[in-house]
Amino acid sequence: MSKTITIDGNEIPFAEGQTIMDAAMAAKIYIPHLCHNPEFKPHGSCKLCTVRANGRAVSACTMPAGEGMVIENKTGELDDERRAIVQMLFVEGNHLCPTCEKSGNCQLQAVAYCLDMMSPHYNHFYPPREVDASHPDVFLDRNRCILCELCVRASRDVDGKNVFGLSGRGIGSRLVVNSASGRLGDSTFAVTDRAAQVCPTGAILIKRQGFSVPIGSRIYDHKPICQVETEGKSGGEHE
Amino acid sequence: MTFELETAANPENLKRVVIEPVTRVEGHGKVTLLLDEDNRIHQARFHIVEFRGFEKFIQGRPYTEVPVLVQRLCGICPVSHHLAASKAMDMIVGSTLTPSADKLRRLMHFGQILQSHALHFFYLASPDLLFGFDSDVATRNVVGVAAAYPEIARQGVALRKYGQEVIRLTAGKRIHGTGAIPGGVNKNLSVAERDFLLKDIGQIIAWSQGAVDLIKKVYCERPEFHNGFGYFRSSFMSLVRPDGALDFYHGGLRARDEHEQDIFDHLDYGHYWDYVHEEVKPWSYMKFPFIRSRGREEGWYRVGPLARVNNCDFIPTPLAEAERKIFKAFDSGSATQATLAYHWTRMIEMLHCAEGIQELLHDDDLLGDDLVSKGERALRGVGVIEAPRGLLIHHYRINEDEQIVRANLIVSTTHNNQAMNEAVRQVALQYLDGKQLTEGLLNHIEVAIRAFDPCLSCATHAVGKMPLEVELLDAEGKEIDRLVRNASGACGA
Repeated sequence: MSKTITIDGNEIPFAEGQTIMDAAMAAKIYIPHLCHNPEFKPHGSCKLCTVRANGRAVSACTMPAGEGMVIENKTGELDDERRAIVQMLFVEGNHLCPTCEKSGNCQLQAVAYCLDMMSPHYNHFYPPREVDASHPDVFLDRNRCILCELCVRASRDVDGKNVFGLSGRGIGSRLVVNSASGRLGDSTFAVTDRAAQVCPTGAILIKRQGFSVPIGSRIYDHKPICQVETEGKSGGEHE
Repeated sequence: MTFELETAANPENLKRVVIEPVTRVEGHGKVTLLLDEDNRIHQARFHIVEFRGFEKFIQGRPYTEVPVLVQRLCGICPVSHHLAASKAMDMIVGSTLTPSADKLRRLMHFGQILQSHALHFFYLASPDLLFGFDSDVATRNVVGVAAAYPEIARQGVALRKYGQEVIRLTAGKRIHGTGAIPGGVNKNLSVAERDFLLKDIGQIIAWSQGAVDLIKKVYCERPEFHNGFGYFRSSFMSLVRPDGALDFYHGGLRARDEHEQDIFDHLDYGHYWDYVHEEVKPWSYMKFPFIRSRGREEGWYRVGPLARVNNCDFIPTPLAEAERKIFKAFDSGSATQATLAYHWTRMIEMLHCAEGIQELLHDDDLLGDDLVSKGERALRGVGVIEAPRGLLIHHYRINEDEQIVRANLIVSTTHNNQAMNEAVRQVALQYLDGKQLTEGLLNHIEVAIRAFDPCLSCATHAVGKMPLEVELLDAEGKEIDRLVRNASGACGA
C-alpha cells in the first residue's frame, strides 16, 4: 500500500523521495510557485510555495513528503502571505505588464491574478536596472528579473555553460553574466540554450518575436495558472 | 494670421480669467485670459498642463515593444499610435506589407476613427450643438442629450461600440491591443468574426449617414453664425493617396495654403523634417510645428477632418463623396475655413469609415494567412498616419542591438496647437471682449477648442527642454519658492 499525505483534506499518494510539490503536481493540486520547475533541482528561494506541514511553514518544493503528513495549502492566511510576496516582487523590480511582450505568458503576472492581487500595495522602488541587448538573438532585461535562478540552473545543469549567476547580497542581488565584459553578447550563450527558454517573466526575451502571439492565444488568456499547471502544461515558456 | 493676443504688452495690471479644466476634451488643458478693467482682452492662451515623457523613456527598449508601448499615450486613439509606430517598424524590418496585413490594419484603423469620431460628436460636441453654446450648464452634457434626444444618444453609443468591436477583432482588445507587429499583423479575421461585423454594418452606415444629416441640418440652419464662429483662414496639411483620394492609412503629404494653393504635394513623409519644424514656447508644454518654407509666423496649419476633406480630390466611397461635394459647395465654399466645419467634416469621415469597413469585409484577404513579411533591416523608421484628429508622425532610430535610441512624435493635436490658440483668440475677440463674463460666454471658448477634438494627453509626450515652472506654496497658498526652466533648458528662480 502506497504512502499518503493529505493536502487541504485530500489524501494523495507519494513515492519515496518526492517532495510535497512533486506529490501535489502528480495529483493535479496547484501550489503557487515561481522558482520551481520540475525539470530542475528544487531551489526553495521564492517562498511562494510555502505550505503548513503538520502546522509548520515549509517550502513545498524542497520539503520531502512524509507518511501521514497533514498539509494546508489553499488557506486565506497562506494566500495573504503569498500575495504579499508577489507584491514585493512587483515593487522591487520594474514590471510594466501593459507593454511587456511576455504579458499573457508570464508566470509572475499569472500568479498575481491567481492570488487576486489587485494592486502593488507597497511603494515601488523603481530601481535602476541594466538592460543588456548585446546578444544578437536574446534581450536580457533585468528590470523584470525575479532572481529565481532558473536560467542559472538551466545553463549550468542542462546547457553545461554556466552563463548566468547571481551576485551581491539581499536587495543588492542581481543577475550577472559569465563573460569578460559581463555582457551577454560576449558570452557563450545561444538562443537554442535551454536557459533561453525557462524565464518565468520577461527578463530573457528572444529578439524579434515581440507580440507575434495574438491576444486570445497566449497561455493564460483563457485559463488561470492553477488550471494550466494542473492540466499538465508548463506555463510561461516560449513555445 | 495674427499673434497679437498671444502676449500682452503690460500684463502686470490686468486681471486674469482662467478656464480650468477645459471640459469635454480628451486630456487636461486650460485657457487663460488677461483683461483690463473694461473687460477688453489683451491676452488669450490655450495651455496644455499635462506632462509626459514617452520620447525619452522608450529609449533603450527593443523596437518590437514600441507599437504596443507608445499606444499608451492615449486611451481614445491608441490604434493610431499603434499603427503609426508599426509603420515605422515596417521600415526597420524592411517589410512590404502583404495584402492581408495591409487590409487588416486598414480595417482596424477605420474602426478606430469611427469610434473616435462617434465619441467626439455624440458625447462631447452634441450638447453644444443641440442645446446652444450658452444653454443651461446643468443639462449641457451627454446625460442631457440622452434625456432630450434618446435615439440620437443611443445611436452614438452603438456607433462607438461597433468601432470598438472592429478594433477588438483585429487587435485582440477594444483598447490597447497588439494586432499590428513589425512587418504585419498577428491575427487575421475568422469567418465567424467577419460575419459578426457584417451583420450590423448596414445599420452603421445608415446611422452614420444620419449623423451627417444631423450636423448638416444644425449647421445650415444658421450658416452665418456657424461659418463665422472663431473664423480664421489657414493652411491645411494631410495625407492623400497618389490619385488624390482621401486615405487615412497611407499616402503622400499635401499642404495647401489659405488660398487653396499647393505648398507641397505628394511628398514622401520619410523626410518630413525637411518640411516641418517644431517651435517651443515658454508658456505651454505643447510644441508648435510649422511648415519650414513659410517660417514660424506664417507656417502654421490645421490638420484633421477639415484639412483632410478640404485637401483631398475625392473620397473613395460613394455616400461620403456625395457629402463632401455638398460640403465643398455649401454657400460658395464658405465653410471650408470655418472652425465649426470640423464637426461637419468629421461626420463625413465617419460615414466614409462605415463604408470602408463594409467594402473591406467583403474582401477575402481579411481571412488570409500570409500576415508578416520582412526584408532588409534599417536603423531608421518613419510612420505617418491620419489619426482621428489629424496627421500623426512617429520617427524612430535604433542601434545595432535593436534598441530605440531616439524617438520623435508629432501628434495631431500638436499640429493644431497654433490653430487652436487662434480660434480661442478669435472667439475671445468676437464674443467676450468688453463683456461681463458669464459661464455661457466662457463656454464659447471651449466650443472653439472642442471643434478640433484635441487630445491633450497625446500631445504632451515630449521631455527634455520643455519649459517647466514649479511653485512651492505654504499652507495659506503663499509662494515660498519658485523654480523655472525655460525653453532652452536653463533653470532659474
